[in-house]
Amino acid sequence: MTFTDVHTRYGYDDLPRLMSLMTGDEKHGPAATSTLDVVWVLYDRVLRVSAEGTEAPGRDRFLLSKGHGPMAYYAVLAAKGFFPESLLAGFGAYDSPLGHHPDRVLVPGVEISSGSLGHGLPLAVGSALGLRARGLSGAAVWVLLGDAELDEGSNHEAIAYAGAMGLERLHAVVVDNASAGHRRAGGIAARFEATGWSTATVDGRDHQALYEAYTAPHPGRPHVVVARVEAKV
Amino acid sequence: MDTMRERFASVVSRLLDDDPRLAVVLAEIGKDGFTDAARAHPDRVINVGIREQLLVGVGGGLALTGMRPILHTFASFLVERPFEQVKLDFGHQGVGGVLVSAAGSYDWPAGGYTHMAPGDVALLDTLDGWTVHVPGHPDEAETLLRDAAAAGDDSVYVRLSAHSNSAPRDIVPGRFLTVREGRRGVVIAVGPMLDGVLTAVAGLDVTVLYATTVRPFDGPALRSAIGEVGDVVLVEPYLAGTSAGAVNDALADRPHRVLGLGIPRRELRRYGTIDEHLAGQGMDPVALRERISAFLR
Repeated sequence: MTFTDVHTRYGYDDLPRLMSLMTGDEKHGPAATSTLDVVWVLYDRVLRVSAEGTEAPGRDRFLLSKGHGPMAYYAVLAAKGFFPESLLAGFGAYDSPLGHHPDRVLVPGVEISSGSLGHGLPLAVGSALGLRARGLSGAAVWVLLGDAELDEGSNHEAIAYAGAMGLERLHAVVVDNASAGHRRAGGIAARFEATGWSTATVDGRDHQALYEAYTAPHPGRPHVVVARVEAKV
Repeated sequence: MDTMRERFASVVSRLLDDDPRLAVVLAEIGKDGFTDAARAHPDRVINVGIREQLLVGVGGGLALTGMRPILHTFASFLVERPFEQVKLDFGHQGVGGVLVSAAGSYDWPAGGYTHMAPGDVALLDTLDGWTVHVPGHPDEAETLLRDAAAAGDDSVYVRLSAHSNSAPRDIVPGRFLTVREGRRGVVIAVGPMLDGVLTAVAGLDVTVLYATTVRPFDGPALRSAIGEVGDVVLVEPYLAGTSAGAVNDALADRPHRVLGLGIPRRELRRYGTIDEHLAGQGMDPVALRERISAFLR
């Protein structure tokens, strides 16, 4: 899919308006925007990927594992010019590529089709291994999960394996809005740390803190950033 | 003669030398066959431990980066346990890979029902676009594995078995092979069932088609074999009747009858050997002859 009417100069302040095109709401609560800052800082300052390079073999990959509530993700992709904002109004419609869970086959820039929880991190592990096998070891792989998504056992297969293997090009962001039904304070980072990951826990609304956590060196280990946001109510 | 699994390891190890796109993903089971290959290609022989959801997820991730993954473990743990990963991490992502199973139905009867997955092919039938190969001999396994590895980005399932025919046939991937011709009906023998079927139908006036690729189903071969009598017997080494729908689709415009023989749904709850298990499931030559004869008019 190619577009001629994309915008690439939108900034963070445009995101609420872009989200409104999908939701019809002027303002958005914490639940709708829990991933907004986390995803924005990644695309704005960290990921080496662009709308022109969505097929570039050596691009960085961002995998949205937590496919629920993708409005913030779509808004960031539109702001960065991956597709025109005119698509946003069709969110969820029969003839729109923008579903309530993203489909990589339909949306430029979307790296995985998600929605069922617990698939993104294993796919990210495979992507990191594949890039290494292809000699594209400069490419970073990022995957975003929700704290409740970590309930799914498939994540723990991936966390344990990636830690043991020291997959340095693998990065996870866990957006922690305290939505897991059974949880323990500090338990998220501890689970990663126990298997050998580098970890950082930061305020998921603080752009500078996110940036520093994203770019912290982690030689020989995969890296997880736990981004705390307002608790889901 | 080596087994199909041994052939799998030796053939795929050589393919890894030649094709930089290929990567093998294992979950402990079968790793010994890839010791040398892992040394030669440490980035492309991947053992994720006893983690079958990760096995399939890693396969999908490799495919997303342009690799062609070859995944292997027992059918129970390759298709059944991580079935949602098979559905979502390959097909839904729009990527393909090669799944190579062993111990599908009755390879290890002493291991019991936890190590049997007679429903594997039926499960894959709920998904779009899977090619399914069922070799009946290690030489055929090699032919089909080479074909699967080279099949672009197709999704391919190769069902290896410890049960094998005494001699290989000159198979062509995707095609049924006519082994003998008769007038009273067509018996389709799948993979390792061929020897038993040929013993069972000795003296019966039937055509025997040998199927080592069951998806896509070679409908044209069945249509040209069927003659005036529309009677078809399927003898499949997995869940009985798995291909009955494919036969019906191939013969939709003409009257026909189908008898689907295979592994029943009910648990046998017996151990022992492959031969004992086949007899217990009504799939040994004596039982097959009785059931086929009773069906044919």
